[in-house]
Amino acid sequence: MPCRALLVSFRLLCAGLVTGLSLGQAIAQAPQRVVSINLCTDQLAMLLAAPGQLVSVSNLAQDPRSSVMVEEARAYPSNQALAEEVFLLKPDLVLAGTFTARATVSMLERLGIPVVSFPPTSSLADVRQGMLDMGAVLHREAAAAAMVARFDADLARLGQAPAAPRPTAATYAANGYTPGANSLSADIIEAAGFEHLARALGLTQGGFVPLEALILAAPDLVVLGDTYPGNSRAEEILSHPALTALPGGRQKLEDRDWVCGLPVVVNAVARMRLARDAIGGAP
Amino acid sequence: MSFARLMAGLCGLVAGLFTLSLVTGVAPVGAGESLAALVQDDGGPLTMVMREIRLPRALLAVMIGISLGLSGAAMQGFLRNPLAEPGLIGVSSSAALGAVLALQTGFAAAFALALPLSALIGATAGVGLILFLAGPGGGAFTLILAGIALSALTAALTSLVLNLSPNPFAANEIVFWMMGSLADRSFDHVWMALPVMVLGWIALARCGRALEALTLGEDAAASMGFDLARLRLVLVGGVAGSVGAATAVAGAIGFVGLVVPHVLRPLVGGSPSRLLPASALGGAALVLAADIAVRLVLPGRDLKLGVLMALVGAPVFLHLIWRMRGQT
Repeated sequence: MPCRALLVSFRLLCAGLVTGLSLGQAIAQAPQRVVSINLCTDQLAMLLAAPGQLVSVSNLAQDPRSSVMVEEARAYPSNQALAEEVFLLKPDLVLAGTFTARATVSMLERLGIPVVSFPPTSSLADVRQGMLDMGAVLHREAAAAAMVARFDADLARLGQAPAAPRPTAATYAANGYTPGANSLSADIIEAAGFEHLARALGLTQGGFVPLEALILAAPDLVVLGDTYPGNSRAEEILSHPALTALPGGRQKLEDRDWVCGLPVVVNAVARMRLARDAIGGAP
Repeated sequence: MSFARLMAGLCGLVAGLFTLSLVTGVAPVGAGESLAALVQDDGGPLTMVMREIRLPRALLAVMIGISLGLSGAAMQGFLRNPLAEPGLIGVSSSAALGAVLALQTGFAAAFALALPLSALIGATAGVGLILFLAGPGGGAFTLILAGIALSALTAALTSLVLNLSPNPFAANEIVFWMMGSLADRSFDHVWMALPVMVLGWIALARCGRALEALTLGEDAAASMGFDLARLRLVLVGGVAGSVGAATAVAGAIGFVGLVVPHVLRPLVGGSPSRLLPASALGGAALVLAADIAVRLVLPGRDLKLGVLMALVGAPVFLHLIWRMRGQT
């Protein structure tokens, strides 16, 4: 699905339009000074960029709570995704997310800096597509193809999850939030052989599940993340006695493990498969 | 209406609303089935929902209603001013500041009662300051001015503490601490609040006769043998304990202590000692009703109790102001 992919290819392929000459130039020759201002493009660019090609990543990439590449990111100067500092880095290409730092992106575009916006990854197929897109934007197609091949091989090595029975798994976060059925985490959970509770509840885009509804649904597995330091009522729900008394299993997965379409999501699939295999054949 | 019949009626109202609260929830389960699962363990998730989610919620509504109704009636009796209400004059927000400080510094986890006791300390400081500033006569003007200043200060400090928290969700919870909610509370909260609350209730219940004497004026009360300094101390402790424990688990819920005594005062013939138990029950009924309403208006979403309380409370407040205007 090329239209879903990144904004540049959307404009080129679907509409046949190039907004701004510089955008076409950015595609025509390999960019030399790339600045990334989005956590997911940060990490994908660090994996795929040629030495010296990437000059800055966002500060989130250096935050161990959200990034899986903290050590690598510390080698780069960090930015706060502010238009002013990004402009002063004199980039010939900026990598952004379609939903983050939009004010910065529109400012940079007005200043004539080419920006490529990547959409959020919402399935395992998107992960592959994101790698290929990043490879095309950075002119690192060979590295991207190799990464996709490794990703496919790693996924294939996990084998097919048993088709039946499919136990129910629910992700539950602060305030009772669950990502929807059309999310990367849901795709990972379903690839591991679970039925995602959000799908059963009709939540395609994510939303809040009251604790009562979760308890009554009695999922076979609850996937929980870590809580932040300091107290919040939003996270107190995760240690509610009714939730801890739920007879089903628990699986810990942090946001950083599956929030971005990176090769490491294979590990998330593998951990969910272990949880699936632990439940066994009986539903 | 005789006092006994009024109390019986209020008890019936609380019992009815308590049952209604138990059968109100997002789960599409019949009332009879829910109550059966509450009484008899069916080993399934419904019993867990009833016993671990809805029962503590309904119990907390009753406990918090009693605390706020009682505190409002006692403070109004002591200051002989119908505007004296814990939420309005900043006692609840002082308690919220104490609770937030304890939670964010980690002191709340130090021992079982650390959280309600911290809120109690906050409330004591608040109510003590108000009584000191308003003076024994408790003129409406000073009382409200002191209350506004205290509310603003403590609300600002609460917001500051929550914004400084390393937890990204904490800052969003400013609204919880200002408006109050009973969503997803558990028996942990019931057991945590109850001991401190009960001590507060006992202290306030013992004030009845002294408050009765105080209607004749301070000199008359003193000549009848009531120690007013001691009464003030007991009252501060009672209000701080009740409001502190209530706020620690459910945030600052305003207007209960204003509306309930206002509505019930004519029904008890203006007697402060009879108003105390009547307001306790009335408060329980009002908080239960509001907590049922927030779940009916926006099922599954956490609409704050303070929203409904203000809808009911603000007109009563304006009415009081209007009447006072007529008197002066």
